[in-house]
Amino acid sequence: MELHTLTIQQLHQLLKNRQVSSVETTRALLKRIETTENRINAFITVAADQALAAAEAADQRIANGDCQTLTGIPLALKDIFLTEGLRTTCASKMLENFIAPYDATAWARLKSQGAVLLGKLNQDEFAMGSSCESSAFGATRNPWDTERTPGGSSGGSAASIAAQQATATLGTDTGGSIRQPASHCGCVGLKPTYGRVSRYGVIAYASSLDQVGPVTRDVTDAALLLQAIAGHDPKDSTSVEQQVPDYSTSLKNDVKGMKIGLPREYFIDGLDPDVQRAMDNAIAHLKGQGAEFIEVSLPHTNYAVACYYLIATAEASSNLARYEGVRFGHRATETEGLIEMMMRSRAAGFGAEVKRRIMLGTYALSSGYYDAYYLKAQKVRTLIQRDFSEAFKQVDILLTPVAPTPAFKIGEKTADPLQMYLSDIFTIPVNLAGICGISLPAQPSAAGLPIGLQLIGKPFGEETILRAAYSFEQTTDWHRQKAAL
Amino acid sequence: MNYQPVIGLEVHVQLNTRSKIFCGCSTRFGAEPNAHTCPVCLGLPGALPVLNRQVVESAIMAGLATNCAIAHKSIFARKNYFYPDLPKGYQISQFEQPICEKGWLDIQVEGQPPKRIGITRIHMEEDAGKLVHGLGNGSGVDLNRAGTPLLEVVSEPDFRSADEAVAYLKQLHQIVTYLGICDGNMEEGSFRCDANVSVMPVGSATFGTRAEIKNVNSFKFVKAAIEYEITRQIDLLSDGGTVVQETRLFDPATGTTRSMRGKEEAHDYRYFPDPDLVPLVISAEWVERTKKELPELPDVKRQRFITELGLSEYDAEVLTSSRSLAAYFEETAAVAHNPKAAANWVMGEVTRTLNDRGLAINSCPVPPRRLADLLHLIDKGAISNNIAKKVFEAMWQSGKEPAAIVEEQGMAQVSDTGAIEAAIDQILAANQGQVEEYRSGKEKVFGFFVGQVMRAMKGTANPAVVNELLLNKLKG
Repeated sequence: MELHTLTIQQLHQLLKNRQVSSVETTRALLKRIETTENRINAFITVAADQALAAAEAADQRIANGDCQTLTGIPLALKDIFLTEGLRTTCASKMLENFIAPYDATAWARLKSQGAVLLGKLNQDEFAMGSSCESSAFGATRNPWDTERTPGGSSGGSAASIAAQQATATLGTDTGGSIRQPASHCGCVGLKPTYGRVSRYGVIAYASSLDQVGPVTRDVTDAALLLQAIAGHDPKDSTSVEQQVPDYSTSLKNDVKGMKIGLPREYFIDGLDPDVQRAMDNAIAHLKGQGAEFIEVSLPHTNYAVACYYLIATAEASSNLARYEGVRFGHRATETEGLIEMMMRSRAAGFGAEVKRRIMLGTYALSSGYYDAYYLKAQKVRTLIQRDFSEAFKQVDILLTPVAPTPAFKIGEKTADPLQMYLSDIFTIPVNLAGICGISLPAQPSAAGLPIGLQLIGKPFGEETILRAAYSFEQTTDWHRQKAAL
Repeated sequence: MNYQPVIGLEVHVQLNTRSKIFCGCSTRFGAEPNAHTCPVCLGLPGALPVLNRQVVESAIMAGLATNCAIAHKSIFARKNYFYPDLPKGYQISQFEQPICEKGWLDIQVEGQPPKRIGITRIHMEEDAGKLVHGLGNGSGVDLNRAGTPLLEVVSEPDFRSADEAVAYLKQLHQIVTYLGICDGNMEEGSFRCDANVSVMPVGSATFGTRAEIKNVNSFKFVKAAIEYEITRQIDLLSDGGTVVQETRLFDPATGTTRSMRGKEEAHDYRYFPDPDLVPLVISAEWVERTKKELPELPDVKRQRFITELGLSEYDAEVLTSSRSLAAYFEETAAVAHNPKAAANWVMGEVTRTLNDRGLAINSCPVPPRRLADLLHLIDKGAISNNIAKKVFEAMWQSGKEPAAIVEEQGMAQVSDTGAIEAAIDQILAANQGQVEEYRSGKEKVFGFFVGQVMRAMKGTANPAVVNELLLNKLKG
């Protein structure tokens, strides 16, 4: 049995029946990491010893008859989640040696079930990027084609699934950072509704947009992992008190009569033919299962990217002010006085993309520009939210591409930030509206690269998109295809 | 040319909640550096603020007591600037939608009619930490204070003199301590103010350029700082100079202000709504409930002391100067059924003894009930007022009941004519010369005899009885 290829659901059954142990599964995955990492670079930190110790504890727990869904399941986390005692870098030189004194709530919930942490995954620095190339720890490569990027910012979270280095992972999604890499790596990535999962202990990029979510091998695992991390956290004022439904009830093949909207603004002329084909194919599949398709309009879509890059950078410029070398993180030495110390620490600690966004955001908030940029962007955000709520009066969910193209080549877009920013054009509006979206494997490109399909739901509509995604998955086997590594 | 000063005040009121505004850490003063810290107030990556409800409650109370409108919805904003005592690189404050707006206070400067001072706004914010210098080759950062809740009370530029500013400050200080939301300790910085001062030609419609004087922490210094600044600006303008917009620091040692930073160095704080905190919504019920639970405010109490208890305006003013003094007085008066005597004693012996020992009224070892017992003894004629002072001193020392002290020390007032007559006879016999003097018309000697009798009886004799008997004997 290839333990590294299993899903959470499969492994859980085997662990529960004591057909396999967490230790042997963890060993298998650590071995897999060892043999593939030089080609992929999905991990910033591998915590082999701690993982084996946790696996042992999990086996003990299972032996005592306590086997919850995630007990003994080897997971990995984007290096944006704080993990007590294990360094958290956010892929930045700034936090190269930062060891947090506390756990992020999402991880603490998994840990309390007895999940095993294999290590911390690569990403774009401070989650700013769409290709995993801005990491201070080197780019992650796409297991389907190592000349290509895995997407980003949660590139490591998706690449490690595709490379079968972890059973499931967590990522964060601010403008598509879970869905786009999931799409490029052929896995399932879910961005829950804003407020569904606690942000406590997750290093903030853009607080009003950041949301934690699972990256998994299939829809079932996404539901299981979401179940474990969702719910109100008294430490996060923006996490909602709304009760968490039982997502497993959504795992049924049933889209009969479901109304699915096709936003006209997302199916533009000149869409990559591979992507267009994958969408047409997906629509045909779902129609075949009894779903009803309706064309809808989201008229302010064109402004989403501009709106996002004002709001996200404004928040980031403030969120990243705490990294000045006084209490933790990189501190420049041999500086004259306080201001120089702070300036040189930041100059050396942050990479180019992070600096670019801090400058953009600082500018957008500056006196004299605030109204024209930040405030106007907030108004546009309201219009984009309204677009979605209007559309959801007609349909249950929306179907769109995740990204305009399959995974692009490493270095292809690094010279042109605008091109890079546009790769999130179909995912950004979901974050601006605060609603949920899932990316799952659709028909691959002619060249065999994965292409994701995005299903967008209403606020707290995770159950509906999970149901549609599950139904789609039942009639296809794209999610079972494996990268040849 | 004659100039008219224009002054506005920004007061920082440190709230006395047990925990900080956005985390559960203690706000206690004087702990080891960084003992009261957690990921939130240390500004660690990933940490998020959660609003302390008690802070909101205090802000509502302050708003109601200063006639403000309480906003149904208010917003927290980030004020961005870099400083090592500010862990997140921004201070969480309120900017565009503060919790309280459009209030006022009526102030009274002696010899002038009452004046209404507008309060622009009151908002909630977190305090910064502090730097500790002189630690070997560097400075330290103590973040115990970081996250301590503050209210900032911003007045309209309605003051025209330092005296008006001080009268307002005193009144505001009295209100927040009455409300019990601030300990009022100005030396420790629990109540501190920034003054915006400008001058303009008398009759002018536009204000002059203002200077902001930072962090003045006593009423005396506020007066000195404002007066110095007014003179400085008038002198400058009279000499043909111009006032520049700047931040100035008051130096109590010299009584002067000096430039701290100019307008060109002024921060652009880049305020924007804090996305980590949801808008604060305050229901009408919450405001109503708080209003009902509001303690009696000094103005109302003062008026009641005059009308209901028959105190003079002066006495009422003194006795309401602090909520605890007023409470002490009221309890004493109620138990003693004698407001006037209670007032005299609280303002006299009690205050004097406290001052001598440098104590506050809360630390007075004689509780109001015991003081009332003492007043009873005086009213009954059991002891004289002078003896009562000695009994009070003994109560202070021993904590015993006044009746027990009187009993133990034989201080009960003697009205028994037999005992007094015997003492008088003895004194008269021993001082025949003075008796002759009196009888020959030198009536002043009478006081001498009274003193001798009182001394012989260790002060316990009823003075009225002594007077009467002595007069009879001398005349007889």
